[in-house]
Amino acid sequence: MKIGYYPGCTLKTKARNLEESALAALKVLGVEAVELPRWNCCGAVYSLADDDLIHLIAPVRDLIRARESGHDTLLTLCSMCYNTLARANDIMKNDAEKAKTINMFMDEEPDYDGSVKVVHMLDFMRDQYGWDKLKEKVKVPLNGFKVGPYYGCTLLRPKEVALDKVDRPIIFREFMETLGAEVIDYPMATQCCGSYQVLGAPDITLKISHDIIRDALAHGAEALALTCPLCDFNLGKRQDLMIGKFDGAKDMPAFYFTQLLAVALGLPVEACHFDLNRSSALGILKQKGLIKEASAA
Amino acid sequence: MSSTTDAATGVKPQVAAKMIPIFVMGKKYEVPDSLTIMKAIEYAGYKYIRGCGCRGGVCGACSTVYRKPGDYKIYTGLACQTVVEPNMYLTQLPFYPAIRATYNFEDLQGRPEEIYELYPEVFRCVACNACTKVCPMDVQVMDYIAAIKRGDIKAAAEISFDCIQCGLCASRCFAETPQYHIAQLARRLNGAYLTPRAEHLATMVANIEAGRYKTGLEELKAMNAETLRKTYQERELEPATAGDDWTPKDTRYL
Repeated sequence: MKIGYYPGCTLKTKARNLEESALAALKVLGVEAVELPRWNCCGAVYSLADDDLIHLIAPVRDLIRARESGHDTLLTLCSMCYNTLARANDIMKNDAEKAKTINMFMDEEPDYDGSVKVVHMLDFMRDQYGWDKLKEKVKVPLNGFKVGPYYGCTLLRPKEVALDKVDRPIIFREFMETLGAEVIDYPMATQCCGSYQVLGAPDITLKISHDIIRDALAHGAEALALTCPLCDFNLGKRQDLMIGKFDGAKDMPAFYFTQLLAVALGLPVEACHFDLNRSSALGILKQKGLIKEASAA
Repeated sequence: MSSTTDAATGVKPQVAAKMIPIFVMGKKYEVPDSLTIMKAIEYAGYKYIRGCGCRGGVCGACSTVYRKPGDYKIYTGLACQTVVEPNMYLTQLPFYPAIRATYNFEDLQGRPEEIYELYPEVFRCVACNACTKVCPMDVQVMDYIAAIKRGDIKAAAEISFDCIQCGLCASRCFAETPQYHIAQLARRLNGAYLTPRAEHLATMVANIEAGRYKTGLEELKAMNAETLRKTYQERELEPATAGDDWTPKDTRYL
């Protein structure tokens, strides 16, 4: 199985643990993810102003690159890249007037009609690879590991690009269950982590992020599974600021979903780049006996 | 041999150049159609004091922007390399203000974050591609900015290799970034910190510093001109057909 792949900028630097674990896992699953030979930043944030077409240029250009490379489907790992690309694609497919303006502006590129399908690793696994087939490949089931999947905003909103039912999603539960984990549902799994508001309102964002972690802890989660580098910044890296500031705040290991996939597939721990996670991430995997002690050292 | 060549002198007769109209800063001039923009402007009576560097297409000093009748596109070229076309409306853009960050190169390590700190405006790029379209050297400017945004300094250095620092990219930038200065920093970082060191060079330098070739050099310096000439003429040369295992008879300096 071969599929076009859009990495996203952060996955090449601060979130290498998201990309490298995913690519290692896909290889084992027999999926050849072909990185686009040319790509630019997707824009990261979808502009909500209805007439702000200039910020659609970047994602549409990436979609044109996918089309030029002969791909019908474009795979993403980062949920923000997914959202930005999928929404831009939706405009090009369904809004003829905007599509015309954008195509006229990009007169150095071939016209684009929204014909590439943008998918995220999660719906790719569900719809194209299949949970049953994935289950057969699991070598180290995450049995007894209580994981709280965190959806955040961009996998589910708006409904035009939602991977699942917006109000009661189960796709992340299904993914983690396929890997053998004990999945913990918690009400705040689809609340916003604060996203890029962390830049302008760091204190408020810290409180919002902490509320999500506290909710997951209260429902029994031992770790969070994430799909987005910005969520990881707010819910993972900023935990150091929460501990000591909020009553009852304690360390919560945070993983990218692809790292847990790689672990379940029995891949060597080096494939996961755990040095970019909180140190507690590697700790809990050892504690649960999911990775080899020697390999982790 | 062309039939138009004079049989006696071998000289081709001068063909009278066709005169064509061009517009320099909005004013019309009739110029020979075979001239470059730079020569045409001089033909029209202007004198370059600055804004014409090498006249060989590499210095980036004579960037020119022009339009053609009935065409909305912006065209660019180096005045010293581009031949005039009828009715081109042109202006010279020898310099475009762009802020170049100040840094102490010794303090840098070749990390992408160092570029982000010096040029935070790089993240204002919206991939409009105006920079690439205007580049007279056909550098994929937007692609190297994209590479920098994802931390790939090596790719940025390679993609921007043909840049002549003319600054036209910066003149068109929607995000107001000085692309060419950023690319220069990327190339410097790539050359100094990201490209593997040549180990044999380090060994050679160490050998020189340890005085390995000192005796030989002193011997040569002590010779009179005649002996030096003789020594040079009788030196042992590696035969053209020598294999990789060839060694000279004098092995003192190997």
